[in-house]
Amino acid sequence: MFKKLIRNSRMKSPWLLHFDCGSCNGCDIEVLACLTPVYDVERFGIINVGNPMHADLFLVTGTVNSRNSMVLRNLYEQMPNPKIVVAIGSCGLSGGIFREAYNVVGGVDKIIPVDVYVPGCPAKPEAIIDGVVTGLQKYDRIVN
Amino acid sequence: MSKTIIPFGPQHPVLPEPLHLKLTVEDEVVTEVIPALGFVHRGLEKLSEIRDFHQMVQVVERVCGICSVIHAMCYCHGIEEMMGIEVPPRAKFLRVIWSELHRMQSHLLWLGLFADSFGFEALFMQFWKIREKVMDISESTTGNRVIVSVNVVGGVRRDLNSEQISWILTLLKEIEQEISALKKTLLTDYTVTKRTVGKGVLTKHQAYGIGTVGPVLRGSGVVQDTRTLGYAAFNELNFEPVVESDGDCYARTKVRFRETLQSIDLIRQAMSKIPNGEINVKVKGKPQGEVVSRVEQPRGELLYYIKADGNKNLDRLRIRTPTFANIPAILTMLPGMYLSDVPVIVLSIDPCISCTER
Repeated sequence: MFKKLIRNSRMKSPWLLHFDCGSCNGCDIEVLACLTPVYDVERFGIINVGNPMHADLFLVTGTVNSRNSMVLRNLYEQMPNPKIVVAIGSCGLSGGIFREAYNVVGGVDKIIPVDVYVPGCPAKPEAIIDGVVTGLQKYDRIVN
Repeated sequence: MSKTIIPFGPQHPVLPEPLHLKLTVEDEVVTEVIPALGFVHRGLEKLSEIRDFHQMVQVVERVCGICSVIHAMCYCHGIEEMMGIEVPPRAKFLRVIWSELHRMQSHLLWLGLFADSFGFEALFMQFWKIREKVMDISESTTGNRVIVSVNVVGGVRRDLNSEQISWILTLLKEIEQEISALKKTLLTDYTVTKRTVGKGVLTKHQAYGIGTVGPVLRGSGVVQDTRTLGYAAFNELNFEPVVESDGDCYARTKVRFRETLQSIDLIRQAMSKIPNGEINVKVKGKPQGEVVSRVEQPRGELLYYIKADGNKNLDRLRIRTPTFANIPAILTMLPGMYLSDVPVIVLSIDPCISCTER
């Protein structure tokens, strides 16, 4: 019964951590727009938290460069298991338009394992919500 | 009294972007601030050696997603001036309309985030709800919400028909009513005034001396707005720069709030005066020479330096963004303030780190 309680509360209130990892702000404001009344992911019990130790979902936007790869890895390691990483936007997937720039390492998956990829430049709030829901289905499989 | 060093960022709930400040604190009072930048540096200026000057429009739009139209507009103005291209008048008015829509959504975004920085979450939600209407206008007229990609060298890519114009005007009326309804809460509420009045004061002399731009400078009583230079079609529109004299966080909030309403007025004026005709001209040849192009971004004056030597790639592209000019303002305002006021003061300059570091 206790296991079931934990499982239910994990699924009904996944808290998310958002990190801007060198994006142009386009995807970041779309992530924030998801939390506001028109899209409102809080109806799924999702809350944006600032502390990685409280988070279940990790939303990463933007390319990785040599300076913020350390921060990204740090945040990922501080999150408790099980955790789901959602990479958002073309730059988060592969580097996007900045792929050839000298300071860009590439997509988020070069540093940490990524579970869900959300394409788009910038990704629309609908796509981000879809990505989060897909991530939660995977989370469900990991938890059980 | 012992000193403590507290890191602010790079991942901080108040600021979606990675700005890192090392705050030296004695008790609760900040005594020294050292900024650390470079978390978002991608090296966009160097990309001009790989991409040709038409493709660079898309790259400079991604300097900053919040004001992409204005970046592209500044770049296109520079190239057009260099190559001697005369942009059709209708394209100039369309540029004004889209750039003012972007200024509106950027200011609404900031007003929301600023309310969130002192914990007024209801106000944050209200402003973002209004902002979605502006995003709807962007989406239905250009096909994308944030990075709209309407500017090209020689004009604009898309046109507005009369149906769209009348629909936008009705939506603007709703937006204006909703914003005005929040005016009382934003400017007279006890919580808001308590957290913003007298916080982070920058005198007129200081603000001018350290070279701040945009609403930070205008909030301190200096009349300076690059739009008065009359680029695009601003020379045919009637407006006065919005100026407040107190120089604190409250004055900056008032400047941005009034500018949002001013943008609505400017869009209306542009829509009533818009001429018929072509929306872009064909571009022949390659740019040669050097040029400095300036426009007013939501955060202040944006400056592009472009140098080309007759190749399809540019020789040098240098971008000076408004937040870069406003960072000294944070360093001047923070010492002497309480630690709990730091997020409010940092947000009051509307930092755009992705612009600054490119």
